[in-house]
Amino acid sequence: MLGYSIKRVALALLILVVVMLGMFAMVYVIPGDPASIALGPRATPELKALLIQRMGLDQSLPNQIWHFFRAAATGDLGIDVWSKRPVLDVILEVFPKTLLLGAVSLCWAVVLGIGLGCLAVIWRGTFIDRLLGVLSVSMIAVPSFVIALYSLLIFAVWLGWLPAIGAGQSGDWGSQARALILPSFAIGVSWVGYIARLVRASMLEVMGANHIRTARAFGLPETVVVLKYALRIAIVPTIAIIAIGAGSILSSAVFVETVFSRPGIGTLITGAVEKRNYPVVMGTVLFMTAFYLFVVTAADLLIARLDPRVRDVLRG
Amino acid sequence: MSCAVEQTVENLPPRGRGALAQLMRDPMGMTGAVLVVGFILLAIFAPLLAPYDPIQIDVRHKFQPPSLAHWAGTDQLGRDMLSRLIWGARVALGISMTATGIAGALGLLLGLVAGFGPRWLDAVLVLFFDSFSSLPMIMFALAVITVLGPGITTLIIVIVLVSVPGYGRLIRAQTLALKGADYIQAERTIGASSARIILYHLLPNVVGPLVILLSMDIPVVIMLEAGLSYLNLGVGPPTPSWGNILYDGYTSLRSAPYMVIAGGIPLILCTLGFTFLGEGLRDALDPKLKLRVAR
Amino acid sequence: MSALLEVAELSVTYRAEGGDVNALRGVSLMAEAGEVIGIVGESGCGKSTLAAALIALLETNATVGTGEVRLNGRDILSLPEAERRKLRGHDIAMISQDPMTAFSPVLTMGDQIVDFQQHSGLSRAARRARAADMLRKVGIADAEICLRRYPHELSGGMRQRVAVAAALMANPALLVADEPTTALDVTMEAQIIHMLRSLRTEINGAIVIVTHHLGVIGELCDRVYVMYAGQVVEEAPVDDLYHAPRHPYTQALIACDPGALGAGQGVLPTIPGRPPDLTAPPPGCGFAPRCPLADGTCHSKPPPRVRVSAQQTALCHKVVS
Repeated sequence: MLGYSIKRVALALLILVVVMLGMFAMVYVIPGDPASIALGPRATPELKALLIQRMGLDQSLPNQIWHFFRAAATGDLGIDVWSKRPVLDVILEVFPKTLLLGAVSLCWAVVLGIGLGCLAVIWRGTFIDRLLGVLSVSMIAVPSFVIALYSLLIFAVWLGWLPAIGAGQSGDWGSQARALILPSFAIGVSWVGYIARLVRASMLEVMGANHIRTARAFGLPETVVVLKYALRIAIVPTIAIIAIGAGSILSSAVFVETVFSRPGIGTLITGAVEKRNYPVVMGTVLFMTAFYLFVVTAADLLIARLDPRVRDVLRG
Repeated sequence: MSCAVEQTVENLPPRGRGALAQLMRDPMGMTGAVLVVGFILLAIFAPLLAPYDPIQIDVRHKFQPPSLAHWAGTDQLGRDMLSRLIWGARVALGISMTATGIAGALGLLLGLVAGFGPRWLDAVLVLFFDSFSSLPMIMFALAVITVLGPGITTLIIVIVLVSVPGYGRLIRAQTLALKGADYIQAERTIGASSARIILYHLLPNVVGPLVILLSMDIPVVIMLEAGLSYLNLGVGPPTPSWGNILYDGYTSLRSAPYMVIAGGIPLILCTLGFTFLGEGLRDALDPKLKLRVAR
Repeated sequence: MSALLEVAELSVTYRAEGGDVNALRGVSLMAEAGEVIGIVGESGCGKSTLAAALIALLETNATVGTGEVRLNGRDILSLPEAERRKLRGHDIAMISQDPMTAFSPVLTMGDQIVDFQQHSGLSRAARRARAADMLRKVGIADAEICLRRYPHELSGGMRQRVAVAAALMANPALLVADEPTTALDVTMEAQIIHMLRSLRTEINGAIVIVTHHLGVIGELCDRVYVMYAGQVVEEAPVDDLYHAPRHPYTQALIACDPGALGAGQGVLPTIPGRPPDLTAPPPGCGFAPRCPLADGTCHSKPPPRVRVSAQQTALCHKVVS
């Protein structure tokens, strides 16, 4: 287990280094000089000279790469060119809001998805099973920001039940919770579909397995067979998919946050892209990539705990 | 030799006429096929089908709700919504099909190189695939857009870059699995060249999964295009894209809700159509292919 | 007086897309306590369905048409599922076909083998100690270590030993071994057979061994039932079966056994043709199309069960008593 963990973490770090090198290359390979791009339309010669010096552009390439990595490793992602605040501070200010939104979306999606998946298993082969199948695929297919727009129109504009914009008043839990409902609904819908399908497929596969027959042949109660012998295996692919899906949730969050004008990583980075606020864009990309790698690696380690076979083979 | 040939035939997934017939029997796959063909026809014949010029501004007739003259109403500049939505199909399908086509071809090439090339090259490519798939798609897209500036070309580049690793991995995995298969080993021992193996065994075997993957990716790409255009980071105005039509609707959500309603319908139908078709194709061609999740 | 195990005219059908499959067509057999019986036949003859019926664990798409499986006089197939569950792992135990997949891959051997003794009423610690003792009996020296292992960390032979141990711990009235050695290599197979033979005295009940391998039957069994196309075509004590087989199918089967071939015989004989389609069983004898002796009657009329001796019967038009 320890050997596997070390290997898995090392792979994640290697990937992070490759991604950072790629981003470094992107900043410096692009036509035009990075200082002007970073400063955008407000570039004055003095500002430019200052930035060139601060970014270390007057140094040799290996030196620059070294500085880039050293800065990133110490949490220095540069300075927001508009607000003059450290990029990391700007990110950390809004990141919890996005994290909360994603977590809430995923939570209700997991509960509902596992429920629907189990219903489909119980009624497998019937009309209800087929209906749930089509429903799941449809949920997966509809873009989250269209759901966001439609639910905004119906529940906020027409019915006036829920707030249309923002994340609620700070300190007022009730209003914050109300502000979470529509965005998390928009993000979670497609996940209900994914999880329902996955749970159905893996439960059916596991219930047909030989070892389930063995457990039954020894007269184990059906609850023990399902909960101890089947679900533990069926849950493994679900965890993997949820972890890989963290990236997809982030994509939805970017659009949904914009629709609901909700502060978060999505509104931060889209605003920064529009203003060509280069350090914020790159800092956010790097931060979110590291976070995503963390989630995927953690999920892999959890899977390895649940399924000992995984430990013996490092996924290639 | 004859033995090897027999085995090959057994190993091939059912396809061709049989698969098509199976797709026709599957109501969900058929619905998808009908929707997809409908949208493709809409995109091809947009100039003939659209009742008005999609970018003709007519400020006197702005914000007209749906009527006999304008079935889906007019937008804030008096442009006919229906015409814009029809032309939007051309933009959505044009971009997504071009981009996934390029990505599919590149992925096929890189996957074959990784599978058949020297070991170090394989390792490098796998690291490249893994690193790219470790980037959350939206973050990577936004970074590229910041550097290159928004536009249709940027969109296509972004889509190609985010899709290639997935296809490359698939082809590589298939290549490696096939390379280990007994009948390929048998062919090798009698001196078959790599070119022969690729042409006669590998390509026929990977086309099915690749087509399924492509058709399942197209709705994701359409969503991405619409989403980025919605954020004003994709297709710029005045070109009609479903994304910027929805954005126009969003800005006048209270006064002209019909714009968002009408703008969302083709997008939903189109992604549903491609997803249903992809599901149907998978069931018909290769039921064992694992379901994939968009990043 | 009824025997320990009695199967009477059992018919089982599977619902399937291409039409219902008549997997068992009126199978009867019996076994006394302390007896080892073999059920032999080629793939698809219905022997695995019979094994599933014996442990009252038929697939959900299987329906019992007629007949009964009586254990100590009780028809186990007509019991409610809760009652059947109480029988399994207590009165009935099974050794599974494939040791590779017989255990859950995500639980340790100890965890599972302790679960399997849930009818015993002992504490988990006591069950574990009992398991370790039994593992030593089946020839696993470092039993404690074995209990801590996951299935994929053990060899196929080891896993099959654990499976045998788990079944023995139930001290069952009926032990069903479904192809116990098929998935093993020859050395392992020999070891497992040797072990099963030495453990015969451990078991007070009846043992039913289902296999396509005549060698296994010869090593272990007292009496044999030969199955073909969902029916028992011949029943005989094991020596009679080898030395005086009466049914043409049994004769062909014994002629094809590679183990029985003499040196210098270059060609392995085979039975031409294939078993009949059980979605539409033929009106006459199922073996008739492949039988060298078959005539018109064989094809049109169901064969009679002919008693050859006190313990030997054959289902054939051509056999005379």
